Amino acid sequence: MPGLSHFARKVKAVEHKTLRIRVDALARVEGEGGIELHVRDGRVLDHRFRIFEPPRFFEAFLLGRSYTEVPDITARICGICPVAYQMSSVLALERALGVEVDEPVRVLRRLMYCGEWIESHALHVLFLHAPDFLRLADAFGIARLYPDMFRKGLELKKAGNDLVSLIGGREVHPVNMKVGGFHRMIAQAELDTLKERLKRARDHALDLVAWVSGFSFPDFSRDYEFVALCHPTEYPMAEGEVTSSLGLTLKSDEVEDIFVEEQVDHSHALHASIAGREGYVVGPLARFNLNHERLSPLARQAVQDAKLDAPCTNPFRSIVVRAVEILQACDDALTILEGRGLRGEALLPDIQVRAGRGSACTEAPRGLLHHRYELDEAGLVRAARIMPPTSQNQRSIESDLLHLVEASADLGEERLTWLCEQAVRNYDPCISCATHSLRPGTPRVDGWRRNDHSSPR
Amino acid sequence: MQQHRKLRLAFFDFTCCEGCQLVFLSQEDALLELASHVDIVNFREASSRREDEYDVAFIEGSISTQDDIARVRDIRQRACTLIAFGACATTGGVNKLKNRRPMEEHLRAVCGEMEHYPNTIPAMAVHEVVTCDYLLHGCPIDPRELRRLFLCLVTGRTFRQQNVPVCFECRLRENVCLYHKQIPCLGPVTRAGCGAICPRFGRGCYGCFGPKESPNTVYLRRVWEQNGVAPDEVSRAFLGFNAWAEPFRAEGEGRGA
Repeated sequence: MPGLSHFARKVKAVEHKTLRIRVDALARVEGEGGIELHVRDGRVLDHRFRIFEPPRFFEAFLLGRSYTEVPDITARICGICPVAYQMSSVLALERALGVEVDEPVRVLRRLMYCGEWIESHALHVLFLHAPDFLRLADAFGIARLYPDMFRKGLELKKAGNDLVSLIGGREVHPVNMKVGGFHRMIAQAELDTLKERLKRARDHALDLVAWVSGFSFPDFSRDYEFVALCHPTEYPMAEGEVTSSLGLTLKSDEVEDIFVEEQVDHSHALHASIAGREGYVVGPLARFNLNHERLSPLARQAVQDAKLDAPCTNPFRSIVVRAVEILQACDDALTILEGRGLRGEALLPDIQVRAGRGSACTEAPRGLLHHRYELDEAGLVRAARIMPPTSQNQRSIESDLLHLVEASADLGEERLTWLCEQAVRNYDPCISCATHSLRPGTPRVDGWRRNDHSSPR
Repeated sequence: MQQHRKLRLAFFDFTCCEGCQLVFLSQEDALLELASHVDIVNFREASSRREDEYDVAFIEGSISTQDDIARVRDIRQRACTLIAFGACATTGGVNKLKNRRPMEEHLRAVCGEMEHYPNTIPAMAVHEVVTCDYLLHGCPIDPRELRRLFLCLVTGRTFRQQNVPVCFECRLRENVCLYHKQIPCLGPVTRAGCGAICPRFGRGCYGCFGPKESPNTVYLRRVWEQNGVAPDEVSRAFLGFNAWAEPFRAEGEGRGA
């Protein structure tokens, strides 16, 4: 009887509870990406963090450029963290050329990096992430409901921007950094003009930590492998060894032997992993978990008051860690301004152009950023490799989505979609960074065939 | 009297670093003031709000996929005023550097043999696809010029970006000309607007605001070469962040008129 089979089909359709979550262009992230989840009867069939911002081929058009042009070009990979790209570039190129820089240069660079951390983290905490916790569309909502906190947040962000501008000329794509130092060293008297502002910023940062630690956080945690730089005395920025929470200590030139990158068909950014292991996490959470003992006393006190325990394995709490890192960067900057490090004339080194190879890792606000360059005798780039933080976090982002949805499939589509978007923003993904290039020689995954032909490298 | 309606603004990004949208967000002192005069209905980088009815569309980034073409045409149809801002949108910016080789060859060289190449076409500036009412040049744009543009929009005036060379601003700031120190500088052929930042920091301008009107690039090349800069290096200087702006491209490819 045809009627009966029709009935049977209907019953079958009811039996399965299917949920599809699809976000085409994630709001409040840098760059274009989306998420796709397919759940049937509480089981996740498909979970993808899609990155479809077209690749920009930076590593290809760096070839043949002079080492002097590299920091200006790599800055254009990211509008939020150009200093990080310039920093990793100049350090790697200095190693390739065998250049050592003076202490005042080193200290001024750290000061500039502090500025970028403050500015980038303040942007993410206030504009991109906090609205998630408050169920608001954007920071203009925060300005309405929490005008005092919003004003303090803006002042913080401005302090960071002003620090970068004062040293670098402008906050987006600064112009002053070069291989061997700076085009112009900044006099202590000029820097001192920022002292009062930074002190106020430090107070605001304390308030910010208290404010965000009062948010309510989804109960979620996973066993992560955290990877960050570790330095014996400093909270890591541009120096130290690459360290993993599961036991791994590497110099920057060993990174590519251990970290593997591969192409997948739903992302224009390479997925990174440590050979033979699951995905790993870079960024504030990783830095904090591996280096919390080296936070300044003030930041350590704030951590205690915020009841933030190390290791912190709830990625939703990364917003608190980011606020703590803003405080740390303000404190660090003030220590530098009050210390002796900047005193004395910096002699910029004479650079002998030669063929060579050098690599460097620094801590961009979003996490570990690895650069490697090979130069020919004329100082032109023969090979370039850049491993940005977001491509390293992609695996973990996807695993978080999987576990989150499995644990909370009964929340309903709307709430779950919100939660998934929030989970992606935990990582402060920078998609423009991640899609800076595609690279030859990566193994085939999901139907992308391995390249076994000549490569531009 | 008719109720005065606020201007509805939308920000969109294509292939870029999003630094120019950040310049907007980084005007901490003026941000709320600016935002109070307009209604920002679509700004993916900063807000979950998405509305498709707007008067003015700001576009950052280059057009570099087939989907982008359809999307930017759709935006053009909806917006009364369309503004391309930042070098990626106004000249193709740094993204155009990938066009120096045929896309097929480039994809094969960089990605190898693959079944599905990533979805990308040669990068285009926004005005190569749709008509733009205003262009705001710069890599990144300058916040003062952005504020001036805002003022023009809100008060209904016409905006013109200045078109004098960087030298003009450099003089106003009383910098010593870098040519006196034998430092090569693109200032004489580059559009002003940045406030002559690079000369202030003792380095030559690298042309991030693109060419000024009728620049004498040929003569500039001669001066650089007389100062001992290798011809290749001169070419590379022109092929920077506005490599496809015609006068720079021509000089960079060695066919300067």
